[in-house]
Amino acid sequence: MSGGHDFDAGSSVGEDRAPGAESAGEHTLGGEVRSYVLGLALAVGLTAASFWVRGTDLVYGPGLAMALLVLAVAQMGIHLIFFLHITTDPDNENNVLALAFGVLIVCLIVFGSLWVMQHLNHNMAPMQELMQMQR
Amino acid sequence: MSTEALRAPPAGAHAPPLVTGHGAGGPAPKRIIVGYGFWIFLLSDVIMFSSFFAAYAVLFKNTAGGPTAQQLFDLQNTAVETGCLLASTFTCGMASLAVGERNQKWTQLALLATGLFGLAFITLEVREFVSLVARGAGPSRSAFLSSFFTLVGCHGVHVTAGLLWLGTMMAQFYAKGFRQDVRHRFLCFSLFWHALDIIWVGIFSLVYLVGTLPPELLP
Repeated sequence: MSGGHDFDAGSSVGEDRAPGAESAGEHTLGGEVRSYVLGLALAVGLTAASFWVRGTDLVYGPGLAMALLVLAVAQMGIHLIFFLHITTDPDNENNVLALAFGVLIVCLIVFGSLWVMQHLNHNMAPMQELMQMQR
Repeated sequence: MSTEALRAPPAGAHAPPLVTGHGAGGPAPKRIIVGYGFWIFLLSDVIMFSSFFAAYAVLFKNTAGGPTAQQLFDLQNTAVETGCLLASTFTCGMASLAVGERNQKWTQLALLATGLFGLAFITLEVREFVSLVARGAGPSRSAFLSSFFTLVGCHGVHVTAGLLWLGTMMAQFYAKGFRQDVRHRFLCFSLFWHALDIIWVGIFSLVYLVGTLPPELLP
């Protein structure tokens, strides 16, 4: 068993962490509560920013959808870090790798569907003509 | 915890080195296996939601001459729903801290708050659905509305199932105390509840906020 960690000498020696579990280091209850409150404050701030961006005319109109998408992704990140405790710690590697694969599939499904369907719509004859052709 | 940590070495062997994780030192403790397995399930659930998101995005403009998102959705209602779910995610985090401290009173109080905020969310959502159907904008009106009700309704069903689960967790903590298997179930529940809020972030941002933008501003 000795030298079992030669293959990844950089990672920490210790147990992996269950998703959602706090890191194994020293924690005070007060510190943990503060971390949740910070997460809540950031999430509320990003939500408020989303609703504000939607209502304001200070943002360039055609960029609004992209701005809202960016704010949503940022808030999802905040939730993952502060509420689900998914971090970049070495003991979290397995959870992050599973998440990365999930995100890959989600992007393939969403952007792939949009891409394919947009081209289909673009190449399809207008419905009126299509019905004429079938007569 | 103590039973997990004690993995007896084979008879006559030296005590195993204190090197665990990454597969070294034998199988992971049950808490990790349970949490990781549930994490994989949640990711598959997210993938299911992503196909509903894709369907909504693709069918968004197919209103079949019926009402559009801009005419239907009430952003104030969405803001209140978002607040309820965010508050309930926070109190769920407080409940996991109380479980860590083995504090029955705060566990029950935090879980009760989580449940009440969740109930408020689902009440608002059902009210919105009823009012949409009453205005003739039910799921059978257009492809856009079918995809809307599928996506948002599926999230609502998840929240409702989560509320039932929450009730059983409160009862189990009350009746069985902070037993290890009950704590493992609670770890899964809190993961589930936080993940539902992440899905809702996608819904309120893309379905409600982007969906109600004037058509000329949409990509």
